[in-house]
Amino acid sequence: MTAILEAHALGMRYGRRQALTDCTLNIPPGHVVGLVGPNGAGKSTLLKLACGLLSPSSGSIRVLGNAPGSRPEQLARVGFLAQDAPVYPQLSVADHLRLGAHLNPRWDQDFAERRVAQLDLDPAQKAGKLSGGQRAQLALTVAAGKRPELLLLDEPVASLDPLARREFLKHLMESVADNDTSVVLSSHLISDLERVCDYLIVLVSSRVRLAGEVDQITAAHHRIVCTRRDPDTLPAGLEVVSAEHTDRQSTFVVRTDAPLPVGDWAAESLSMEDLVLTYMETAATVRPARQDSEVTR
Amino acid sequence: MIEFHLDPRSGIAPYLQIVQQVRQALLLGLLSEGDQLPTVKQVVAKVAINPNTVLKAYRDLEREGLVAAKPGVGTFVTRTLSQASLTEHEPLRHDLAAWLKRARGAGLTEAAIEALFTSTFRATAEEER
Repeated sequence: MTAILEAHALGMRYGRRQALTDCTLNIPPGHVVGLVGPNGAGKSTLLKLACGLLSPSSGSIRVLGNAPGSRPEQLARVGFLAQDAPVYPQLSVADHLRLGAHLNPRWDQDFAERRVAQLDLDPAQKAGKLSGGQRAQLALTVAAGKRPELLLLDEPVASLDPLARREFLKHLMESVADNDTSVVLSSHLISDLERVCDYLIVLVSSRVRLAGEVDQITAAHHRIVCTRRDPDTLPAGLEVVSAEHTDRQSTFVVRTDAPLPVGDWAAESLSMEDLVLTYMETAATVRPARQDSEVTR
Repeated sequence: MIEFHLDPRSGIAPYLQIVQQVRQALLLGLLSEGDQLPTVKQVVAKVAINPNTVLKAYRDLEREGLVAAKPGVGTFVTRTLSQASLTEHEPLRHDLAAWLKRARGAGLTEAAIEALFTSTFRATAEEER
């Protein structure tokens, strides 16, 4: 099946600033992809390249098998929700749906109206008068109403309170379940991503540090705590992701695709949050990015 | 119909939490043969999780022979766990008690026993995945 997103040595430069460097990805279809990384890491740039709002400075990117934004048909297949869920403040809720209907060949008016009713939005209400949560929900309704095969969402829940965030994610997951929509979603809220994502990309200072299916990633990483020792004395086949030492104790985060060998250490699994933070913290020392997406499903 | 909930701090993969909750409901008699599990859409709309996670949990339960999917209708419980497993409880409890006695005999503290149990429990749970 066609990859959601396929990038080869993708690079993006704004003037002298390199926003994305040597990004190679191959995300299989049917995933909800979490895109994490510090501010300025290149998340928004990657999403804008994927929907065709930006053209790459180097390398190539294909989305659902085609060049992003190349043709009207391609635009209809991909939905993009920019940061802070922009809506037209002067237009009413109903106007937004009318706009959606006129601009999108595959628009699903039934779905959009049902969703608006479910959300208890007044169709006559001006979008500028809605709460942050309602605006985000309206923007998601328009993006999902075009019935895209892929939804790209740039920090859609960042400005929402916890309840609105949960509601937003529920509706998003319903859309995924209903239409087999694939999703790429950037966020700082790893606990949210942990619930909804089954594929993870960690971007740090313009490079991909980690990419792969969440189950595989979490199964492959271990935290081991042992008496103080040099990382080189660990068994072969363990890739050391991070190492911390006290005067008598060493703590390593290691990665191995084989089962963890038995040793004189205490081993535990890492939460997604710990894992992401580990990769963010160790990004200062440049190491080659890990790329797992070659694994065929 | 049962409802699922997720504990993000448990350290247990979300799909395993669902599997465990179904098993628990079967053990407690909340679910019995013929009962329908919530549809994937109902679960994701309630708990806000990835539909694939629910599907994976249901597939696991299907492999165990606990439920069966009827295409276009839903997923149904095919076996009742409670009576059969209750009779299995006693010998298991007996083994566990003997093991605990040995662990205490070996000088392990309560905390050490708990740590050993939890780490072994996690390790075997991961192997079974």
